[in-house]
Amino acid sequence: MNKTINQKAWFFVVPVFILVAFNAAIPLMTVVNYSFQETFGNNVFAWEGTRWFKQILLSERFHAALGRQFAFTFIILLIQIPLGIGIALTMPKKGWGVPVCLILMSMPLLIPWNVVGAMWNIFALPDIGFLGHSLNGMGFDYNFTQQPGDAWFTTILMDVWHWTSLVVLLSYAGLNSIQPAYYQAAEIDGASRWAIFRYIELPKMKKVLTLAILLRFMDSFMIYTEPFVLTGGGPGNTTAFLSIDLVKMALGQFDLGPAAAMSLIYFFIVLLVCWVFYNLMMKNEVQS
Amino acid sequence: MKKYKWLVPTLYIIFLMLPIYWLINMSFKTTTEIINTYSLWPQKFTTENYVKIFTDSTWYMGYVNSITYTVFNTVISVAAALPAAYAFSRYKFLGDKHLFFWLLTNRMAPPAVFALPFFQFYSSVNLFDTHIAVALSHCLFNIPLAVWILEGFMSAVPKELDETAYVDGYSFGRFFFKIFVPTIAAGIGITMFFCFMFSWVELLLAKTLTATEAKPIAATMTRTASTSGYELGLLAAAGTLTIIPGAIVIYFVKDYIAKGFAMGRV
Repeated sequence: MNKTINQKAWFFVVPVFILVAFNAAIPLMTVVNYSFQETFGNNVFAWEGTRWFKQILLSERFHAALGRQFAFTFIILLIQIPLGIGIALTMPKKGWGVPVCLILMSMPLLIPWNVVGAMWNIFALPDIGFLGHSLNGMGFDYNFTQQPGDAWFTTILMDVWHWTSLVVLLSYAGLNSIQPAYYQAAEIDGASRWAIFRYIELPKMKKVLTLAILLRFMDSFMIYTEPFVLTGGGPGNTTAFLSIDLVKMALGQFDLGPAAAMSLIYFFIVLLVCWVFYNLMMKNEVQS
Repeated sequence: MKKYKWLVPTLYIIFLMLPIYWLINMSFKTTTEIINTYSLWPQKFTTENYVKIFTDSTWYMGYVNSITYTVFNTVISVAAALPAAYAFSRYKFLGDKHLFFWLLTNRMAPPAVFALPFFQFYSSVNLFDTHIAVALSHCLFNIPLAVWILEGFMSAVPKELDETAYVDGYSFGRFFFKIFVPTIAAGIGITMFFCFMFSWVELLLAKTLTATEAKPIAATMTRTASTSGYELGLLAAAGTLTIIPGAIVIYFVKDYIAKGFAMGRV
């Protein structure tokens, strides 16, 4: 759409600007402020320069948490995106099945995150949970509170349960926007199922899929509540992702300086990756 | 091959329903039964967990608090986002692209980063432990989201609609509320759905900003679980009840969900 230049449009944006600035800028400045200082309690501060940043960037604890975070995000993207596309392709296109699928599949998205964690906790408990009991019954030695491998398995399964539907709904919407004429043309050409997917469906879903990856990246990178309730970051520190580690440092140990420096580094990483995705997405939008 | 296509979504839905079923199953058991026996359905069916929640004010007030701040937040987010989204979809102005990206960056900010400064900030302005504090803090991610979704819907409305209305002598205010808002009603509905959803499921900020007066149900659950030695039955019943508001909201917007996602903006 060709937009007209109108500087007065700023007046329309002012409420949003104020509300978000109030919430983002002021707290962010507090974080920046802490990140350069040492606190002794009672509001006594001393200038520390970039010491905390150096300390965090060189600390093994941060590297480990960052490594775990990237591994987790990478694994869930690798599972959720193909799985979501697959389910969307097999969903009914009309009839009573559509609302049933949409309603039931959206359910996990609307459950408070700590309830998701608690639910999976009692679902996976080795003695009284359905999952844990069944796995042990099948002869696996499964205990997510003690074995790191099992803890990872459970956390990933929980995230797949929680968020795959988002990818499904997005892909389904993308598929629905394809005109029937494309399929008819493909049928006349005698195109294989794979060719239809590769040359018609996938290009049409490009936009929603970029968005799905962006959203899943952001949200999985910030994940806190669900693993915190499920495993508490344990056993040991094996499932302590960035947010969990950060909250431990900030509210648990009250190391404000290092925690603030870590916050800024953390935010910067998310921002950087999202900026790349955002530009990719906008480029797609301009093309189409 | 085609004949068995229905199997994939069916199996997926079964996978989704299993943990939910397990939660509901537990909610109708007594805590002693949960701990001592493993069973696929309640042996001694009891509703005492639910009775406890509906008669104890520390429990049911949790729901009232959660719903209160969620509704506040939805109203504030949509009301503020409407004019802004209109400006982004219709006009070019100084710094519009940067402003739009800046808004989106707030959707990307990890709440864990903001938890502590929010606590100090809202305490210093005497808003700690109020519904409005939680509602305002959730604006951090819901306003950018609302602007983004609404802008998508508004850009789909041809500009001729605006111009015709002005030619017909409509003032801006009358045009906006009488013609424009009804045109994008579906979009507003979807936006409200997403605002409600993200405010309802968030806990970290809601928990950090409240103590007793505005404590969300989700926080009530975590606290009870840790102090009185895991009352699993009660926890399961409270968890089950948190699913209901979401289910109701989904039912109302089910026809619009697919359309909303089709805009490619969530």
